[in-house]
Formats: sequence, structure tokens, C-alpha cells
Amino acid sequence: MSVLVNKDSKVIVQGFTGKEGSFHAEQMIEYGTNVVGGVTPGKGGQEHLGKPVFNTVADAVKEAGADTSVIFVPPAFAGDAIMEAADAGIKVIICITEGIPVQDMVKVKAYLNGRDCRLVGPNCPGVITPGGAKCGIMPGFIHNPGRIGIVSRSGTLTYEAVDQVTKAGMGQSTCIGIGGDPIIGTTTKEAVELLMNDPDTDGIIMIGEIGGGMEAEAAQYIKAHGTKPVVGFIAGQTAPKGRTMGHAGAIIGGAEDTAEAKMKIMEECGIHVVASPATIGETMKKALQG
Amino acid sequence: MNLHEYQGKELLKSYGVAIQEGTVAHTVEEAAQAYNKLAEETGSKFAVVKAQIHAGGRGKGGGVKLVKSLDDLKEKADNILGMMLKTPQTPGGMEGPGKLVRKILVAEDAYVPSPDECDEFYVSVLMDRERKCNVIIYSTEGGMDIETVAEETPHLVHKEYIDPTLGLQGFQTRKIAFNLGLSGKAFKEMTKFISSLYSAFVGADASLFEINPCLKTGDDRIIAVDCKVTLDENALFRHKDLAAMRDTDEEDPTEVEAKEYGLNYVKLDGNVGCMVNGAGLAMATMDIIKLSGGDPANFLDVGGTADAARVEQAFRIILKDKNVKAILINIFGGIVRCDRVAQGVVDAYKNMGNIDVPIIVRLQGTNADVAKKLIDESGLAVKSAILLREAADLVKEAVA
Repeated sequence: MSVLVNKDSKVIVQGFTGKEGSFHAEQMIEYGTNVVGGVTPGKGGQEHLGKPVFNTVADAVKEAGADTSVIFVPPAFAGDAIMEAADAGIKVIICITEGIPVQDMVKVKAYLNGRDCRLVGPNCPGVITPGGAKCGIMPGFIHNPGRIGIVSRSGTLTYEAVDQVTKAGMGQSTCIGIGGDPIIGTTTKEAVELLMNDPDTDGIIMIGEIGGGMEAEAAQYIKAHGTKPVVGFIAGQTAPKGRTMGHAGAIIGGAEDTAEAKMKIMEECGIHVVASPATIGETMKKALQG
Repeated sequence: MNLHEYQGKELLKSYGVAIQEGTVAHTVEEAAQAYNKLAEETGSKFAVVKAQIHAGGRGKGGGVKLVKSLDDLKEKADNILGMMLKTPQTPGGMEGPGKLVRKILVAEDAYVPSPDECDEFYVSVLMDRERKCNVIIYSTEGGMDIETVAEETPHLVHKEYIDPTLGLQGFQTRKIAFNLGLSGKAFKEMTKFISSLYSAFVGADASLFEINPCLKTGDDRIIAVDCKVTLDENALFRHKDLAAMRDTDEEDPTEVEAKEYGLNYVKLDGNVGCMVNGAGLAMATMDIIKLSGGDPANFLDVGGTADAARVEQAFRIILKDKNVKAILINIFGGIVRCDRVAQGVVDAYKNMGNIDVPIIVRLQGTNADVAKKLIDESGLAVKSAILLREAADLVKEAVA
């Protein structure tokens, strides 16, 4: 099975004909993702990468049956693009764009409230179900179909975990890059919950970082409802207070924002917490055996 | 991006928020002019001189002084301008070197003529990550450190959450004013203050407004006596006027230079520099350095295009820090091919002549093997690794 996306997902790309959108749409198609078209306002009716271009997401839903969208629209217009996808009835909205103003995301979150759709991101690498669908910018070849689910706020650090899992002789069910912004769609807890309920996932790797309370919330959920081993890592154990570390959401304000505090709660909730990101794969392997 | 107090007040005033009036000055002469103008407007000889640096607690280090005459002003302006001001928030705190004061704000003494009838409140606006909406935090305990107030008397810190679709409502501003114990004219002034403050917050795409103290004057006006304003960097594209207020003198010069190259760099105090693609992996690499017995000297995200020019710029930035005893390059090549990055490292190294600290390069992902071979055969004093664990061991050797 897997979660969120698979080979049957009908995927469109918003910002299809732009530089980023074109490059990654091509990679997604090459990977075997069922890309049914793309959206670029004003270019409807054209063809791009052998797929139809639509003016609106609503057209893409109506004419191509799209149910999943990957957004590469520039930051100034990305919030609007998310709302357009939700309004058109897209079920899984994956926003890759980095640098969306926070106040735009405050409005977007309120807009999505109560609607039958799920937002992943923004500022994320996307979602991949190896062998099924690649909806994002991650390098496809490092993945291997398997039974480990990965949830992460980071891009390259996720690839690192994926690679260790693959090298340890395992594979991934679905990898969800939830994004590094202060306001994101799917939280750590929600992504963990999806994987916990997925019959084809045996173990979960949860990669967090400094800032916010998402990992603590996920840890409490795992303590109460966990049925599978979870390996956790928090990036930024050496990060100073009050400085934004690359990701807009990675900043230590209060005591609960620190890696130390998060790792402590995660440990208390039964998660296999690793101090070094070099041991994620082997720890998962041991956890599954033990 | 942080604003100076005088810039923050300018912004607030443009949205109709009442402020402690004043003028910024770069020299004693400008300060004297500002004082005379102020004295004329207020009819008072009292004024306040405030050092303008990006750090709170300025009063504690002698950066805020009350003046009672023109001569008094000249003397104190002369003392503060050019001083190295130490506050609990400047680098190294009260024990550190302090920050150079380049400008001062000459402001009205809002507490005269009836200081006994004044009340100091605390008001801040920020985005609440858990609730995903803006929140106004306020307290009757103004003029103090709000974290201390929250710890010792949590019942005196109130929060008002704002509905993102509807915005701030009238009943909310009234609730805030009542909870602050106000009535009559001061009550009305406070509701006006809060509502214009919130408009300014949303209008400017701010991420933090902190008004401490927010003052009720003897004649029942409500004004911002101090303000800390932080703006959302991601929204500056639609606020060119605010973006122009950036004062790079207040930032670390190396960080400013890195930003010009499009590198995300944060200087730290350790001895092992690092160059990484991706923010999460960069933080994780810093953690590895610590676990290997070193201390990270920086955070540096080179981004998606790690070519020779960029790697060279990153090398130069890292090597400006004389504490750096080794450099760890950690790249996970996805879309970026590792052999390209390796070539970039080799070219940059050769361009720079000799780099006299050990360099460890860990390249993983697309074409990692080719990349390792390229580094190993380059003849340069660069150690290479593919696994993160191997890189950690090499760092351990380098710092031993």
C-alpha cells in the first residue's frame, strides 16, 4: 500500500512550465510517476513534456482527473496556488516552494481548515513511495521499495536517512518531507499517524529539528498509540539560541524548542533516539530485530 | 530582520500607533538640534538619550540616560556615541566586548510631569506556531523582562488569539484594555493603540512586535516608549521601504558577505568549520562535529548549486574565522552530482593556493565513487569519505 501517493495517483504540477517545475516534472515522469498534466495560467491548451497544460487546477481536475498536485510556484504566489488546488478538489497538495511569507501561510491554514484535502509542506522535498510515485525533488535512485516509513522536516538529511536504510538492506514504504517552515500543512504527528496505520510499514524514522512543539506532540501520540518501532533524530543539538538555522522554523525561542528537550520527551515516550545522524539506519535495523 | 528602535517607531507611527516622539542623531550636533526641536514642541527641558543598537537591556549597560539641559544632553550624547555598549543581549553578554553605538535617539521624557500617575504595561504581537495564528501577549507588569514575569507570576500574562480570517475584533481590544485595569480616556486610547498596533503587524509582515514598556502617561495617553520589531525576511519582497532599513553595521560582517554570495552562514564559537548542502543536514553535521570531539565553528548551507565558484566563496568565508582548525564538507548529492562538487572542491583549493587546515570531504549520493576517486587522485591534502560515520572518524582524528 503506502500512504499519500502511489502509482495510481493522478499527479499535476503547478508551475509546470517554469524552470524548476519543468526540471522536476521531467524527473518525476522519468521515475514513473503518473503525471497527468500541469498548470500554468495563460498557457492552457499547450503541451509540455508530452503532457497537457491547463489554465486552472479546476480544469486539470475536470479534464485529467487530477487528485494530487506538486507546487513549484514562486513564494509570492505559492499560498494562492495551494488554495486554488484545495478549492479545485485536489486531495493531496504537496508544496515544494521555499520562502513563503508566514502571514500568507496563516491565511492558507485557515482556508484549508475543514476542507477534504491534505497539505504537505511548504519548504519540503515532497513525498515519495519508492517504485510507485515520486512527487517532489528527491533523488529517486537512492530509494528502494520496502517497509520503513520516514518523516522529516529536512531535505538532504532525509536523503541521508533513506540512504542508510537502503544500505542496511531495507527499503522505504513512503518518505514524507513535511517541510522546514514555522507553519506547515501535515505535522510530524499526522505523518507518523499515517505511517502507524499503514499495514505496509513496519518501522518509522522520525527526523526533527530545533524549534516548535511538533516532535513532542508526535512523541505523545507514539506513546499512546504506537505499535511499531520508531527511531528518532533531532538536528541542531549544537545550534545557538535565537538564530534561524537555514529553515525558517528552525529557531530556539524557549526551552522546549531545544534538541535536548525534544530528545528527552521522545526517549520518555519509547522512541529509539539517536544522538548521531550516522546511526539512523543501523538503529532501525536493530529495533526491528529486537 | 531586526529594526532599530527609531525605525520601529517610525513604522508604528505610520499606522497611527502613538509613540514616544524623538529624532535619531549620529553626532552630538545633530543630537543638540534634535533636543532643541523637542524642547520647543514639548515645552520641557527633560529628554531621554537612547543608544540605537540591535540588542535589548540597553539601560543596564548605560546606553539610556535622562538629560535635564542642553549641556547635559551634549555631555551624555558624547559619552554614548562611539561607546562599546554591553548589555545582557550583546555578544558575550555583560562580559563581552559590547557593540559600537553609531546613533542615538533623542526622545521626549514621556514620564514628566507626573511620573507617579504613569503605568507601564507590556504588549507584544507574534505568530503562535502551535495555534497557527497571531497572538497578542500583554501584561500589567511592563518595563520588566517578560520571561521572568511569566515564570514568577504567570497569571499576570494574558494572551489574545486572533482569528486569521476575521482579524482583530473590537471585543478583543476592549478585553485587553479592561484586563490592563484601564478606564475612561486611557481605556479608549488603549483600544486604539492595540488595534493600530495589530494593523501595523499584519501590514508590515512582522514576525515580532514587542512594546515594553507601553506607557500610560499622566494625562492618560497610551504610547510605545520602546519597541522591538522583527520582520519576516520572506516577506521583504513586498516591503521595499522596510527592506531598505536593514542596518548591516549591526550584523556580523562575515554573515553579511556570505549573504551576498547567496550562502546561508551563521558564525559560531567552535574550531571545526563545515560546508553542507541543506539546512537540516548542516545542523546534523554540526552535531556530528560535536560528537567527534570538536566544536562547530559555523552553520553553512551552500544550497543546491555547489560548483567551484560557490565552494571557493564558502572556503573563504569559513577561513576568515581564525579559530577554524579543520573543515568538514558534507554534501549529499541528489540532483547535484557529487563528481561536480568534488571537481569544485579541487578547483577551489587550487585557486586559493594552500589551505593550511585539514579538509575532510564527504560526498554521498549521485556519482559518489567517482567523486571520491577524483579527490583521492588530486594530490591535495584532502581526506575523503563516503559514509557519514567515516567522516565523523576523520573529524575525530583531525581535532585529536
